[in-house]
This record gives sequence, C-alpha cells and structure tokens, in this order.
Amino acid sequence: MNRRFFWDRFFEKALYGAAWVSVMTLAGIFLLLLYNGAQTFISIAPGDFFSFSRWNPAAYDQPTFGIGAMLVSTLLVTAGAMCITIPLGIGTAAFLSEMASPRLRNVLKPAVEMLAAVPSVVIGFLGIVLVAPALAAAFDLPNGLNALNGAILLGIMALPTMVSVTEDAIHAVPGHYKEASYALGANRWETLVHVTLPACKSGILAATMLALGRALGETMTVLMATGNATSLPHGIFDPVRTITATVAIEMGEVPFDTPHFFSLFACALVLFLITLAVNILAERMAARFRKKGQ
Amino acid sequence: MKKITQLFGFALLLTATLVVLSILGLILFDIVLKGAPVFNWKFLTHFPQKGMTEGGIFPAIFGTTLVTLISTVFAMPLGIGCAVYLNEYAPDNKFTRLIRASVRNLAGVPSIVYGLFGLSIFIQGMGIPPSLLTAGCTLGLLTLPFIIATTEEALRNVPRLTREGALALGATRWECVYSVVLPSAVPGILTGLILALSRAAGETAPILFTGVALYTRYLPASPLDEFMALPYHLYILSTQHHAIEQVRPLAYATAMTLLLVVFLLNFTAFRIRATYKR
Repeated sequence: MNRRFFWDRFFEKALYGAAWVSVMTLAGIFLLLLYNGAQTFISIAPGDFFSFSRWNPAAYDQPTFGIGAMLVSTLLVTAGAMCITIPLGIGTAAFLSEMASPRLRNVLKPAVEMLAAVPSVVIGFLGIVLVAPALAAAFDLPNGLNALNGAILLGIMALPTMVSVTEDAIHAVPGHYKEASYALGANRWETLVHVTLPACKSGILAATMLALGRALGETMTVLMATGNATSLPHGIFDPVRTITATVAIEMGEVPFDTPHFFSLFACALVLFLITLAVNILAERMAARFRKKGQ
Repeated sequence: MKKITQLFGFALLLTATLVVLSILGLILFDIVLKGAPVFNWKFLTHFPQKGMTEGGIFPAIFGTTLVTLISTVFAMPLGIGCAVYLNEYAPDNKFTRLIRASVRNLAGVPSIVYGLFGLSIFIQGMGIPPSLLTAGCTLGLLTLPFIIATTEEALRNVPRLTREGALALGATRWECVYSVVLPSAVPGILTGLILALSRAAGETAPILFTGVALYTRYLPASPLDEFMALPYHLYILSTQHHAIEQVRPLAYATAMTLLLVVFLLNFTAFRIRATYKR
C-alpha cells in the first residue's frame, strides 16, 4: 500500500517538474539573449547600435553595428507578406466555413495543412528557382532576389496559420447571429460581410498577429530569397537582409565572446522581444473571441 | 442586384481558395517534375561524390533521421509530462497560468532564436561539442510546445467518467492516469509526436550552429559526431555550392526527398487520427 502512494507522490512531483521546463526554457532564452546581448554595449554605444549606420561588424579597422537597415528590411518584407496573407487567408477561411460542403472541406483542410508542412528551405528553394526568374522577367530586374520575393514566400508560409485561426474564429460566432440576419432578409453574402466577419473581428486580428509572428521569425526562406544586401532598402524591389538572416549568416563564422558575437545576440533579442509582443497581443485577441463564442 | 453582389462575392472567395490550392499544386508539381529524373535508389543510398556534383544524399537522410529521433526522445517525456500535469493535476492558480502562458509563447519563438539558445546552453554552457546530441536537444526544445498542445488535446478528449470509474475502484491518481487515461489518449498523442517529428525533420535554422556539417566523409558513429541533414543539404546545394546551376537537379531531388519524408509523416498522422476518430 505504501509503495502505491509513494509512486503516486513521485509522479505528481515529476510531472510538476516537467511542466516547469517550458517556463525555464522561455526564461532561459530571454536571460541568455539579454546576458550575451547586453555585453554588446560594453564596446558599442547603444546609440550606434540602434542607428542606420552600416552593419559592418567584420571590418578590420572600424567595425560599425547599425541595426536600423535590418529592422526596416524585416518590417518591409513582413508587411509585404501580410498584404498577401490577409486577403487570401480571410477569403479561403470564409470559403471553407460558409460555402464549402462538408465533403469538400474534408479535402481542402488537409490541403491547407499540407502547405503548412512544407519545410521553409523548400519554400526558399522555390523562391530561387521559380519566383526569382518570374519577378526578374516581369519587372525587368537583373535578378529577382529582393524584398518582394521574400514577401511573396513569407505570405505563402503564413497562410495556413491565417486560414485555420480565422476559420476557428468564424466558427465561434454564435449561430443565432446569422439566423437573425437571415430573418431580416439578408442573403448569405450580406450576412457574411455585415454580420459574421464583423462579429469575429478580434479573431481575425488574432490570426493576423499569429501570421505576423510567423513571418517575422522565419529565417531560411528570407535568407535564401531576398538577396542579402545590408544597405537600407528604398523599395520593394531592393535586395534586403533581415535580422534572422543576418544572425543565420554570421553566427556560424564569428569567434565566441567578441563584440560581433554579442551584437548578434542583441539582434536576436530585438527580434525575440518583437515576436513576444506580437504573440502576447495575439493571445489577448484570441481570448476575446473564444469568450464570445461561449 | 443583391443576387449579383452575392455571386460576385462568392466568386471572390472561390478565387482566393483556388489561389491557395494552386500554390500548393505548383510547389508539388515543380519539385516532382524536376526532381523525379534524378530521384532513384542510387541517389538515396550513396554518398555525395566529386564535390557534391554527383552521387546521392544518403548521409543527409541518415543524419536527419537520427537527429529527429534524438529530438523526440528528448522532448517526448517532457512534453507528455507537462501536458499530463496541466490536464490532470494542475490547480487553477497563478503558477498554472504562468506555465500555460510560457508554452503558448514558446510556440511563437523564432526558430533561429532556438538555435542561439542551443548554442549557448549546450555548446558554450555545457561544453558538449556541436553534434547530433546538441542539435537534437535544440530541435527537441523547439517541438516541445507543439507536443504539449497536441497531447493536452488528446487528454481532454478522454471522457471524465473514465477517470471517475478508475478512482472509484480505488486507484491512486497516478494509477488512473497511467492505466486508464494515457492508454485511451495514445492515438492522439502519437499523432502529435509524428507531426513533431515532421516539424523537426524540416527545420534548418536551429541546427545551423548546433552541429550540422556541410559534408562528412563518414556517417556519424556516436551522438557526439557532426552530421549532415536534408534541409541543410538543400540550402547548401541551392545557395552555397560553387557550381549552383550544375547541381540544380540534385537540389530538386533533395527537395523532393525532404517533401516526401515530411508528407509521409503527416499522412501517417492523418491516418491515425482518422482511424481513431470513429
């Protein structure tokens, strides 16, 4: 009898321990980025780091560390991606939940999930072999590796998130909203546009935020398809280098514990804080639409 | 007029859906069309030869298989444990909410940040050389929130009466979890684990600095050896190789192999879910 209760206590404690691993990982990620990132500012003034001076940390005589151009590049590519993902995602989600028959849905939903399963290097590869030549031909560019290419690819990668969260939000709208709308003589389209979609505004916002977080943090795709120029982009046709790509390219080559090494952690910290803020915002929105659904 | 607007609106939604589907179709079509001519038994079972311009990708397949298995072995007990705690034990208090919030936010952390974390914890901190082990653990952390979420969902679907029956017969809480709740949640948990495997197999950014190698002459003999991986191999062939145009067919076939691995895993998960839903 005692042994049974011993194991009961033992596993309760062990499971409790396992549950804390996630907290410790998240805290560990933050603290390590902070610890390593903060050491950047021993040798580099914060004003020089958060500036538009060139990102040239490997220069022999006068290395310069300005994160400005990378930050703008990251935002440019992500904003472009959202312009593609939001309309396509909402449209597809609305089609799936309001128009498609259950049988069609059972085919289409796995297709969207399949898109989510495509690894980011494969998408990046297609950016090089398919999207880049197409862009070069369409806009008469020397090559198609630029911000627009990255935006298109990230837009595709963020689509499954956008579609599935928006669809959940549409399903969470109480049925009597729609019935009331039909009773007033509205047809299905009018009900969708004037009743259902406005009612799940916060859900759509949550979907957008989650898709945004996904696009902001994506590494391999942008690394492969955006041309990797460290200068400040002047438009969507300029090659850019995002924060993630910079860390991916340079971390493998820097010696440990140098200003350059620390500055890459500082870059990652900036990225981490942005995505964390976006995700927390998404969570707030999602909590709101789930409450409405009940 | 109302009818025309509706028709036009629905046509718009249909177009959006068709665009999404054709993107998927284009991805599959292009890769299979251009990858298939090179994709054969020799390609899958041979080492790269002549500076990767010929030969196969066997070490990359081998490395990816091992590193994903290590990641699952590492993440499975932690992930399932955390989910069981959250669903079966956790009281509704501040700490539980903190744990849940951490899990959700971990899922949104960029994969490259996991790479940096793995580098500083496992390699710099613990002094383990960049290897299968460090890369596997880094990937394991990345899939952890994913495993927790799917396991919790599987546990939630176990009816409450099942638990109450076990407890009424005098089982302790752990006995109830171990012999009643977990067995009936196995299909759901398995689905989640396989999807986590597929996620880990396709990731590149977290392993960049934690053990993946451009080329190894021999297969890794221990968990402390460097390894080649499919997604990294594709990245190298398509951007870093000295004769990019020449190796393009090999890159296509590598992409096809990677897609095949990932889709096979997803399909297995899908089948398990479909079989046990009834």
